[in-house]
Parts: sequence; C-alpha cells; structure tokens
Amino acid sequence: MSLNTQDRTAQDSDVAAPEMREEKVTGGDRAVGAVSHGVLILWSLLVIVPMLWVILSSFKTTTEIFASPFKLPEKLQFVNYVNAWTTAGIGSFFFNTVIVVACALFLTMAFGSMAAYVLARFDFPGSRLLYYMMLAGLTFPVFLAIVPLFFVLKGIGLLNTLPGLIITYASFAFPFTVFFLYAFFRSLSKSIAEAAAIDGAGEWRTFFSVMLPMAKPGLATVAILNFVGLWNQFLLPIALNTNVDNYVLTQGMAAFASQAGYSVDYGALFAAAVITVIPVLIVYLIFQRQLQGSVSQGTNK
Amino acid sequence: MTTVETTNVGVHKHKTLTSRTWRKRNLTADKVSFFLVFLILPVACYLTFVVSPFLQAAYYSLTNWSGFSPKMKFIALDNYRRLFNDDIFLTSMKNSIIFAAILPLVTMIVALVFASFITVGGPSHGNIKGLRFSSFYRVVSFFPYVIPAIVIGIIWSQIYDPSSGLLNGVLTAIGFENFRAFAWLGSIYTARLAVMFVVVWGLIGFYMVLFIAAIKGVPGEIYEAARIDGAGRFRTIVSITLPLIRENVQTSMIYMGILAIDLYVYMAALEGGGGPANTTLVMSQQLFTTAFTRGQFGYACAMGVLLAAITLVYAGLVFAINRLTGGKNEVGE
Repeated sequence: MSLNTQDRTAQDSDVAAPEMREEKVTGGDRAVGAVSHGVLILWSLLVIVPMLWVILSSFKTTTEIFASPFKLPEKLQFVNYVNAWTTAGIGSFFFNTVIVVACALFLTMAFGSMAAYVLARFDFPGSRLLYYMMLAGLTFPVFLAIVPLFFVLKGIGLLNTLPGLIITYASFAFPFTVFFLYAFFRSLSKSIAEAAAIDGAGEWRTFFSVMLPMAKPGLATVAILNFVGLWNQFLLPIALNTNVDNYVLTQGMAAFASQAGYSVDYGALFAAAVITVIPVLIVYLIFQRQLQGSVSQGTNK
Repeated sequence: MTTVETTNVGVHKHKTLTSRTWRKRNLTADKVSFFLVFLILPVACYLTFVVSPFLQAAYYSLTNWSGFSPKMKFIALDNYRRLFNDDIFLTSMKNSIIFAAILPLVTMIVALVFASFITVGGPSHGNIKGLRFSSFYRVVSFFPYVIPAIVIGIIWSQIYDPSSGLLNGVLTAIGFENFRAFAWLGSIYTARLAVMFVVVWGLIGFYMVLFIAAIKGVPGEIYEAARIDGAGRFRTIVSITLPLIRENVQTSMIYMGILAIDLYVYMAALEGGGGPANTTLVMSQQLFTTAFTRGQFGYACAMGVLLAAITLVYAGLVFAINRLTGGKNEVGE
C-alpha cells in the first residue's frame, strides 16, 4: 500500500517545492480552477447535506418527517435520542460494540505486529507459505468462510457470545494487519535489530523496546484503519451473533431499521443513525491527519 | 514483496532450519518462547478461524449437508450442477458481475480525478500544487468511509424514500414534479443505479486519499517536466500520474472489486428483497438466505466457492490487464 511510502509531513497542497516562480494566473487556469472547485464543492455538498438532513430529521416527530423533508421541527425532539438509546436498545448495542471492538483491536494489533515482525525479520521454512495464506485471507470473500465458521464457533461453544465475536473479528483483521506491518517492519533497517542483539537484548526485548516503538507510526495507521473496519463489521455479527442481548451496533441498526417499518419511529431511527456516526466522526476528526500522516517518520530519526 | 528463498516445510519445524540467519544462533529459551508466542499462537488462531473455514467450505460444497443433523452425503458436483440450473442464483450472479464490472472502474476514475485536482490541479504556473482548500475537500470526501456501511444504507434508503425522502424533496422543489413520489429503489430502471451511487458515495473518499498519498510520492520534478513539455492536465493524469501510481491503482481495483462482488451490507439496507424484479439481487444475499434461512449449508457453500472463484478470476483479470498495459517496468515503487 502506498500510505507508507513517502514522508508526508508536508502541507496538503504542494507536491514539492522547487524554485519559486511568480507568474500571472491565466484565464485558462481560472476556468479549470473554477470547474475543479465546482466539482469538488458539489461532491462535498453531496456528503454534507445528507448528514445535516439526518441530524435535522433526528429532531423531528415521525409525522413531521412524513410531512416534508425540509421543514424545521416544531420543537426539538430530544426524546428521539432517548427512545433510540433505551427502547431500541442502541445503548446496550453501543456498549457491546465498544467491548468487542476494543478487545479485537488489541488482539489483532498484538498478534498482527508480532507475526509481521517475525515474517519480516527472519527467513524460515514455511514463511512463504504463510505469506500466501495471508494473501488468501485478504482475497477470499468472508462469505466463503461464513458457514463453516458458524459451526467452528458452535463446536467450541462460542457461538452467539462476545468472546466468539472478538476472536473472529481479530482473526479476520489479522491478514491485513500483518500485510501492512510486514512492509513496515521490512523498511526498518536490519542493522538496528543487530545492534540491539549485540547490546545483549533478547528477541523479546528487541521487539518491545526497540522495534515496536520505532513502528509506532505504522501501528497507529493500521490501528485506525482496523478500528474503522471492525466498528463497521456487519456480516460476522449477523451470522455469528444472533442473540439480541449481544447485538453490536451495526446489526442493531439493521434490526431497528427493518422493524421500524412496522412500528414507524423514524425520528428514533435517525437519532440512532446519529448516535452510530458520532463516535467514528470523533475518532476520525482526531486522527484524520495521522491516517495519511507520515508512516516513515519513525525510521528517519 | 517478499523474497524468501526457502522451501515450504511446516511452520513448526524451525529446528531443521537451513537459512543463514538461523545457523549462527542457537535456540535459546528466549528464542523458543519468542517464536511460540509471536508466530505459532497468532498463526494457530488464524488457521482455526480463517483458513480452516475456507477449506471446510470447499469440502461442504460437495455434500448435501443441512447443518443441524450430522447426516451428510457426499454428492460430488451435484450442488454445482444445481447452481447452474437455478435461475434466481444465475440472476444474482449476473448482477454481481455487473456490479464488479462497473463499480471499481467508476470509483477509480472519479477518485483519481479528484486526487489529481487536490494534489497537482493548481495553477499551471509556479510551484506544482493542488487547489486551495484541498484539505477541506479531502477531509469531507473521506468522511463517509468511516460511517458503517449499514448506516450509510439506512440513511440513503431514507433519502431515496418516494414520499418523504430528501432526493425527491429537492427534485420537486426545483420543479421536477414527476419525481413527487418516484421510487428510486423500486423501479427496475433506477434501482441498480441508485444502489451503485450509494456505494461510490461511501468509498470514493478512501481511494481518493490513497491516491493522494501515492501522487505525493511522485517527485514534483516529473510534473514540472511534463508541464514544460506542454502536457495539459488531462494528459498529465493519463500519461504521468496513472503509470506512476499503477501499483496503487491495481491494489485499489482489487479491493474495490472484492467489495463490489460482495455488496451484502448495502443490499441488506437498501434492497433487502433483491430489488424490483431481482435487478439488484446479489450472490451474497442468495448465499446468506440459502444457509441461514433455508438451512441448505452444502448448497450455500457451493455458492461461496463460486463467489470466491469469481473474485479470483476478477483479481487475475486486473493483474493481467496491468501486465498487458505495461506494468512491472515501473519508475515508481
């Protein structure tokens, strides 16, 4: 992947900064600039307007929602949020999701970074086979595995439980984590590990005190991508976790939306959508720099 | 990416190692425990929960297993024969292939154009730079990627709602009275388009950011040189950017293709029943119902194998096209 190829501390808008040359802006430039801005503004509106509309609708009563898509609510229906959180169970789904995602993220980052490190640093028989197995895990559709996976979990008694979900989440995020970090650990120079060995550090110590801190930027990027991926996971929970008490947010939302057709609490549905989006939005706004941030930074020190 | 010059022996046999790194050092407790925890444990997990289910699926696809009874008869290729006589499944396969053919291509083109605007689309004089406010555009476009796909689907199914949706509201407000109660997801003419738009909407930003990163890896001098040689903006995208970030585009095409062949989440929210006249029914939906509603696990596994086969053929095609159009002798990474 490309996120880790170059140093990206530079400002967004310049590729490189050769010599400065001030020249007049031509008419053609202006036209092209206007068109490009126009297109990008249009796209931004296509993203922002639906979001605002969802927020607006989340404060309306169902009658108001049906009356007109634009009209402002008579009075802000905060009760929609209460209904979504308690009646629709979004609150408990939310906590389930936090537990599952946090544990799975920790597991996959720990296992992923360790395995990637070993694969990147040592040549051993079978390492190529392992590499291809990871590739297969990335390429094959989860759908192929879903039926046997159901029975694997059933067999070990983890079907419909949070630990079962955690371990599956972590396992399916594993190949991506390894792939990404493999490239990253590969790029860390071998001489550093050798220096650590000469200084008497064992393999454990080399990894935890030398390599892991150096890999921090890479770890951060993968962790963020994994967080988003795990938070949004849908197929695994709906197939493997059918006990309503253990529902995660995504499947809870799906259940709520399909059930809303009968009980029609659209206000609460919109409120639930807002509740689901807020945490990822916060994480996103905090880490969006990091997402594209310099992954190679750590090695250049 | 890797160049490991060893043979495929089991993972566990690291006592018989031949490679350079290993001969020098002895196996200490430190090393043994290190490998046990760092490699064997994660890989064992991975084998149990990812690799073994894949292999089991291939086997089950040759049986008439119904899952809940231990009875299972080996029926060889009967499931596959049945699949190719199953009209509904064939429809779903056709739809999946259509989505796989269109979605990645459209997404890549738009993402590449947007990424070019943002990185090198600025004025044609002075430093090579992108448009103003480019980080704003980047942050906004990427945002849908972090919303759970199911929520994207739910939101858009409300936007497409015939009577109270945002889309028809806007259209009627600006004078298109015909759309007062138009069912975007209910018409055989618009259902596929409407669904595809939602998918593209959700993912464009991700690929855009990927391409932005890739383009920034290209030395600015190359763009300078192209400009001096008189290349216009379109020409620059096609002749400079695309060849230089070819590998990124290839990876993205494959990722997006895998997603387009799946699409289950989006369909679950937008077109749960397969859409008007099954125009948006996809293989993954068929698989899920066959397995978890009808309990025909053997048959569902056969669908899974076919789904995987299509994914692999797709990936192979992308690789082949990249190779044929001159990949591999790269300037960039």
